[in-house]
Amino acid sequence: MTPKTPSIRALSRYLLHPQSSLHSRCQYRAQSKQYSSAAPGARLNGTVDYDTTSLLHHTSRSTLSNPELPPDVRKGQTKRINFYTAVNEALRHALQTDERVLVFGEDIQFGGVFRCTMNLATDFGTERVFNTPLSEQGLVGFAIGAASEGMRPIAEVQFADYVFPAFDQLVNEAAKLRYRAGKTGVHCGGLVVRMPTGVVGHGALYHSQSPESLFTHIPGLRVIIPRSPVQAKGLLLSAISTNDPVIFMEPKVLYRAAVEQVPIDAYRLPLDKAEILKSGKDVTIISYGTPLYTCSAAIAAAEKDFGCSVELIDLRTIYPWDRETVLESVKKTGRAIVVHESMMNAGVGAEVAATIQERAFLRLEAPVKRVTGWATHTGLVFEKFIIPDVTRVYDAIKKTVNY
Amino acid sequence: MTLRYGARRIRCRGFWTTPTCLNASQTPKVTVPWQRCRSVASTPNAERVLFPGALNSKFTNTIEFLRPTTKDAIPTYRVMDQYGKVIDKEIGTETEDEEALSLYRNMVCLSMMDVLMFEAQRQGRLSFYMVSAGEEGIAIGSASALSPSDVIFCQYRETGVYMQRGFTLDQFMNQLFSNSKDLGLGRNMPVHYGSSDLNIHTISSTLATQIPHAAGAAYALKLQNMQQPDIPPRIAVCYFGEGAASEGDFHAALNIAATRQVPCIFICRNNGYAISTPTSDQYRGDGIASRGAGYGIDTLRVDGNDIFAVRRATKEARRLALENGGKPVLIEMMAYRVGHHSTSDDSFAYRQRVEVEDWKRRDNPITRLRKWLEGRRLWDEGKERELRSRLRKEILLAFDKAEKGKKPAIKHVFDGVWEELTEEQRWHVEELRDILERYPKEYDIDAHEEGLDSLRELEKGGRR
Repeated sequence: MTPKTPSIRALSRYLLHPQSSLHSRCQYRAQSKQYSSAAPGARLNGTVDYDTTSLLHHTSRSTLSNPELPPDVRKGQTKRINFYTAVNEALRHALQTDERVLVFGEDIQFGGVFRCTMNLATDFGTERVFNTPLSEQGLVGFAIGAASEGMRPIAEVQFADYVFPAFDQLVNEAAKLRYRAGKTGVHCGGLVVRMPTGVVGHGALYHSQSPESLFTHIPGLRVIIPRSPVQAKGLLLSAISTNDPVIFMEPKVLYRAAVEQVPIDAYRLPLDKAEILKSGKDVTIISYGTPLYTCSAAIAAAEKDFGCSVELIDLRTIYPWDRETVLESVKKTGRAIVVHESMMNAGVGAEVAATIQERAFLRLEAPVKRVTGWATHTGLVFEKFIIPDVTRVYDAIKKTVNY
Repeated sequence: MTLRYGARRIRCRGFWTTPTCLNASQTPKVTVPWQRCRSVASTPNAERVLFPGALNSKFTNTIEFLRPTTKDAIPTYRVMDQYGKVIDKEIGTETEDEEALSLYRNMVCLSMMDVLMFEAQRQGRLSFYMVSAGEEGIAIGSASALSPSDVIFCQYRETGVYMQRGFTLDQFMNQLFSNSKDLGLGRNMPVHYGSSDLNIHTISSTLATQIPHAAGAAYALKLQNMQQPDIPPRIAVCYFGEGAASEGDFHAALNIAATRQVPCIFICRNNGYAISTPTSDQYRGDGIASRGAGYGIDTLRVDGNDIFAVRRATKEARRLALENGGKPVLIEMMAYRVGHHSTSDDSFAYRQRVEVEDWKRRDNPITRLRKWLEGRRLWDEGKERELRSRLRKEILLAFDKAEKGKKPAIKHVFDGVWEELTEEQRWHVEELRDILERYPKEYDIDAHEEGLDSLRELEKGGRR
């Protein structure tokens, strides 16, 4: 609670005269109680700072030094934008350059609840950018049908927590369409299903889930989770152009929080490569999405306290995933930790850990450690105890290095 | 081949086994027309279709598509006009003066709590809130016409149902502030109330998932009504919005409710908006009411700003729902969502401020009932001031008490997922407890009831 919170007496006065707000301006999402805020005396938790983290490009030079960007883009300009604007720019570019592209979903016409589709309906017309009725199975099935007839639909599911009515369409239709059609050659490539994912501090049971591992158990689907505005723009454009159906999960806490210099021009990023964000020699941390920031803060503290050197890898494409980069790294460091928000059992960490022990067993000097959500649901006031935080990652580094 | 074999087997079994009866004296005699039909096509001279899928359909030789847009819209039932004048004096309002006053007080209390909690969320004192503005009459009116033992499933904008059933201000505030007295153990977002004492299931944020539950629960009640004839019969009641009615679950629920003839009232609150999506993007038929007929369900459309109409419709629907052992009823309650969807929404991004202001001025369930009360000299400005001043104190007292409460015990992170803690969870409890012990400064454990002890206790309990 901020020190400026008005007293009960002020609230009482407000009830008598509700016309005048207690604040000069009632802003959209003015404030929101964060149940996950760190304890007052914390040294580790609460140290994720999006303004200074090395995971975001705070300068144009840093952005353009990325060798994955095409040479002409690296000679171009950048601008400082947040995650949702980067998504918006990718959608805008796709709509501009390819008339087969459609953008639709619940409430997207006015910009979407997370503002990713702002002004798209106005600029490209409601034939191509439109609201759908409130039915995930309907709108995802609709997208599959449109893709199978040559369009490139980008469907938005309002929250990953609400994708389950569409599970049948994704698992039994989108994923199997090409295989089932055989020689007839029909497929639904061009289909992208976007959805906000992950915890946000106050989402509780139905606005916090990260169901990526449910989709990584389905051959035929690609699952992508970008960590930043630069990544979101490039990976989304690749997702739209690939001929496989894609589940594109956007960490919702990053929409406004993650701000960085993003190339103005359009570019694509590879869908088959993990990215080494920081090299190190003692232990490899493999993660994706929001927890990368947690890991980065934990690494800074651990390297300072224990004098160790930690390598950090962003998986980016969760399925199919880049085994080579991960295995090479672990063979070098001999230790691995996997970090994700969703629960441990049968999560992405289980697959990564199993692959590491299969292919790098003799190089391992410690068991592969998983730092993940517990076997429970994300209770509102308990999020801070359930989702991996800086302390837990820090402790995992300590234990793994000292094994 | 396999399919055919399967079908035959099922039929054989059905034929040879004696039909099970739950209570011999209560054998439900069901002879519905479609069970008498022969599944053969009609003879050339027959005047009616005998296809099994459409009984009593007459043959015609004119090609005439059904054009729903050429039909009149389904009428909207009301008891009093917007000036609070009762239209049919003979039938009246079917409400005693004292009850009308109590309904009015509850509506005012709900609207005051909404105003306060919306502002409190803006100040960052709680994470989320949803107001009922414009829909107070639907929730409070319908709940007042049900039996307290009827089982209710809500969507999320039915705070008035809880209030009318007796959920106290303390209980609301404990849930909203997720303190240790919250019946949901601090797990759910604010406004996701639940109460077994009041027979209302806990709210889930997902849309429409509760509608088939209501059908299933109503079927359970139907069987229990038959098995326990001495106990007054109960029904299930399900609330949802017109947006949720686009989900597959709505259609599945109404269809299965009709085929199983369950005693359930489906109450759709049609408030014109699903977050930003107006009804014109949501459906093209005549509201939600027009769908009832498609499922063979008795349906009524009601003016949701008229609390007497809401009550009368609900009472009559309840009577119908219990007729002949049970049947579903659909009521579409018309309203206008005066407030934003929730505290996470700014509705002026997609609708004009003047549209909202116009609606507020034009009609409102609270002012309409007040006009009626004033017409009967039951209410005046002095009473209004007195009521608001009393409610203000009561609400703020509950607010203050709940806000200061401790958070629920940390053991509730894990318990309640399965009936008993699993072995995997026990590992997780141990790991979390170990982290919390070794890094005490990183966590605000004392904010939670019983501190770390509750986790230790859970660990010990698991080992037993």
